[in-house]
Amino acid sequence: MSAVDVLGAPGPPPVETAAWRRRARGLRGLPLQAKIGAGILAFLVLVALLAPLIAPYGQNQLDFDNILSAPSPSHLFGTDSTGRDVFSRTLYALRVDLAIVVVVTYIPLPIGVLIGAMAGYFGGIVDSVVARVIDVMIAFPFFVLVIAVIAVVGPGVKGVLIGVPIVAWALYARLARSEMLVMREQPFMLATTALGYSRRRAILRHAVPNLMRPCLIYSTLDMVVNLLLLASLAYLGLGAQPPNAELGSIVADGQSTLLTAWWVATLPGLVVVLFGVGAGMLGDGLSDGRLRGGVQ
Amino acid sequence: MTALLRIEGLRVEFGDGDAPLVAVDGAGLSVAPGEVVGLIGESGSGKSLTCRSVMRLVPRPGRIAAGEIEFDGRDVLAMSAQELRDFRAHDAGMIYQDPFSSLNPVYRIRDQIAETLRVNLGVGKADARAQAVELLDGVGIRDPERRALSYPHELSGGMRQRVMIALATASRPRLLLADEPTTALDVTTQAQILALLLRLRAERAMAVLLVSHDFGVIAQVCDRVVVMYAGHVVETGPLAALYTNAQHPYTRALLESVPELESAGRRTRRPGIAGVPPELTEVLPGCVFKPRCRHAQPGCEAISMALEPVSEGHETACPVRPFAGTGSAPTARAGAQR
Amino acid sequence: MTDQLPLLRVEGVMKEFGLRRTASERVARSAAEAHRAVDDVSFALRRGEILGLAGESGSGKTTLARCIVRLIEPDAGVIELDGVDVRAASGPELRELRRRMQMVFQDPYASLNPRMTVATALLEVGRVHRRPGAENGEQFVRDALERVHLGPGIATRRPRELSGGQRQRVAIARALAAGPEVLIADEPVSALDVSVQAQLLNLFGDLRDELGVAILFVAHQLAVIAEIADRVAVMNRGRLVEVGETAAVFGNPQDEYTKALLAAHPHIRLSRVAS
Repeated sequence: MSAVDVLGAPGPPPVETAAWRRRARGLRGLPLQAKIGAGILAFLVLVALLAPLIAPYGQNQLDFDNILSAPSPSHLFGTDSTGRDVFSRTLYALRVDLAIVVVVTYIPLPIGVLIGAMAGYFGGIVDSVVARVIDVMIAFPFFVLVIAVIAVVGPGVKGVLIGVPIVAWALYARLARSEMLVMREQPFMLATTALGYSRRRAILRHAVPNLMRPCLIYSTLDMVVNLLLLASLAYLGLGAQPPNAELGSIVADGQSTLLTAWWVATLPGLVVVLFGVGAGMLGDGLSDGRLRGGVQ
Repeated sequence: MTALLRIEGLRVEFGDGDAPLVAVDGAGLSVAPGEVVGLIGESGSGKSLTCRSVMRLVPRPGRIAAGEIEFDGRDVLAMSAQELRDFRAHDAGMIYQDPFSSLNPVYRIRDQIAETLRVNLGVGKADARAQAVELLDGVGIRDPERRALSYPHELSGGMRQRVMIALATASRPRLLLADEPTTALDVTTQAQILALLLRLRAERAMAVLLVSHDFGVIAQVCDRVVVMYAGHVVETGPLAALYTNAQHPYTRALLESVPELESAGRRTRRPGIAGVPPELTEVLPGCVFKPRCRHAQPGCEAISMALEPVSEGHETACPVRPFAGTGSAPTARAGAQR
Repeated sequence: MTDQLPLLRVEGVMKEFGLRRTASERVARSAAEAHRAVDDVSFALRRGEILGLAGESGSGKTTLARCIVRLIEPDAGVIELDGVDVRAASGPELRELRRRMQMVFQDPYASLNPRMTVATALLEVGRVHRRPGAENGEQFVRDALERVHLGPGIATRRPRELSGGQRQRVAIARALAAGPEVLIADEPVSALDVSVQAQLLNLFGDLRDELGVAILFVAHQLAVIAEIADRVAVMNRGRLVEVGETAAVFGNPQDEYTKALLAAHPHIRLSRVAS
């Protein structure tokens, strides 16, 4: 799947805000924090999407006349040791990283929510089994597992795309299960049984939409964790293979010249920080609003 | 008789200053020493806010925007932080609907009462513990020594409310503000709590402002009644006058809505009140009850909602008086219960 | 209507809850002490009557109501709807029984899905149970709302945009949309203001008189039951202590607990004003 397809799909942050807007007196009802966070994320996504249009140079375009030149109007983030434009490389890297992050965050989410919802709804043996599996998944060292998967499938983004979802669903399943245990006793869920609805309908139509909210809020945090994981792996050389850029690999490349050319490693690194800050603010702001909004 | 508590023109607002939402609008009432006054209304009438205003405990973001609150000649709204603490500690006590959430779950009952005594009355530690047991005894808790060592969750709802009453009346205040004190309780427990309030009133000449939505509760213990609707006081008067000769259409409609045991077996239809109370965002000209009033007539949108006297101590905000001369039913049994 | 077969027959129903075990008891695997929430309860609900179920909090009335539609599984006893064994049913058969015995809950806000509009919620019931008329969505919703005296204008609203009384009417409309023969109403007016409560009681009366629905009306307010119920059953600590015609039970109670309950009830004790 191409990066554009993934990013072009209605991305999760906009869905979250839209759902929120319907509920809570318009976007204006959101805490300022969430609005700023959403703005930062939207900006990054837009920039990544438009990378081919914005980037002044190709990501792998060498220019040996301009090696390690400092940031300037023609090279906003400067150039690296082979004269490639760091700004352009950062844009393309962001594009790849965001695409992967969205995939590894929002593919496990619905799976985890569904499993957690069923465990919480049915209770009994189903719940005990699922709860134990979740415990095992979460107790397992995450990073080690992903590296183990990479050891099997070989370096590259494939390892991340397989390794992260194997564990990540459990985080959402745990959250959804605990919410479901409470929600199951709420009159509107009791009502679905009393109305003679099937369990499938009760879970899918009535429970899951209400479970999505806390999970979507949690996912903003998860995205940051995943982006950092991705950067770490790329830094270790286990991510996208050269010459294609990932934020982590650009930082790794720049490390050797950090003292002479600080911009190569630092500026892409700041983009990672910016993403983290944006997602964090959005998540905090939304859960704030959730508390104050007090739906049930 | 001079009033112990006098509220006049009270206005409680929410929202921003330019276009505030007015939750209580020009409410006034008074409570004489030793008197039990019932403040009745449906949800959203502003009765609880009015009650809390006396303690200056209006929940944020609400605020008291205008009005006067006078306790024994002192201006409550002008009190400094220190004076206010003093006022709350010694002069007025307050109890709430939910006695569980008002008690700290991690401390023993005895220690919570003792803390109040130490902080508010400066009683020594050992004395405070001994007094705590006495206070529990005073509110009718059996085996007070043992109960004093309990944690809140080990007590029944009725006992917790007794503990709250012991706490609120520890400093022998002259006024007790009771905000729906029996709403969360069963009827048998409710009767006991109301009896306790009446006993304390008799023993200590303590005045009570009792907020309730239940006419039955009000009828059992109150001397006078204040009826609120949509932030306004619409009628006030002695219990008997109000129950038998209500002059405001809202009071009548409300009274007629109350189901009665006496109609057991008869298929009873009560009209209730059509429509819903106005939202805080709606500003109605004139009478706020007009849209739901069966006796509304042209001109109702121009009245001032000011209370006008009907008879001694009985006032109504309805100048139309659709019931003039129809009331004064002879079989007033108000207070016969007590 | 004395000799006719009851529509709903409940006999010897029992439900025990294990009290929460302490950690040491869990380790020792010792059985927790059981609390009998519903203890050998028997009664019959006749066609077209309102049976009031009175009792204080903790009396087991809500547990009993939920046992009847098996929101809670009873431990023992017989529950029969129109001769069909409710406890033996499962799958589609159970769902059909639940359709015929609809429930109305105390808190009308919490019992409606906050994300669904009124129309969606009503139509869903019609479609799930393939009720006649459900193909024509708009008309179905309009009829359902009319049955509870609501205008069609509120069809597009969500629960939080409705007043308490409107929400409870919608909850009742939703129950009726399934075409039930029995309504089990668990404290349906307790959360409402008295002026709204009066109108809802009238509605329950209309449902009995006009649609012929039999109603088990659970309430802790005796006066409410006095005005709405044809017969009353009084529950205390899991047991039914007295059952009979409302006027007879309230006018001449036999059981000590019923007497105490009636004595504690706050009366207005003032003659009604004329309007």
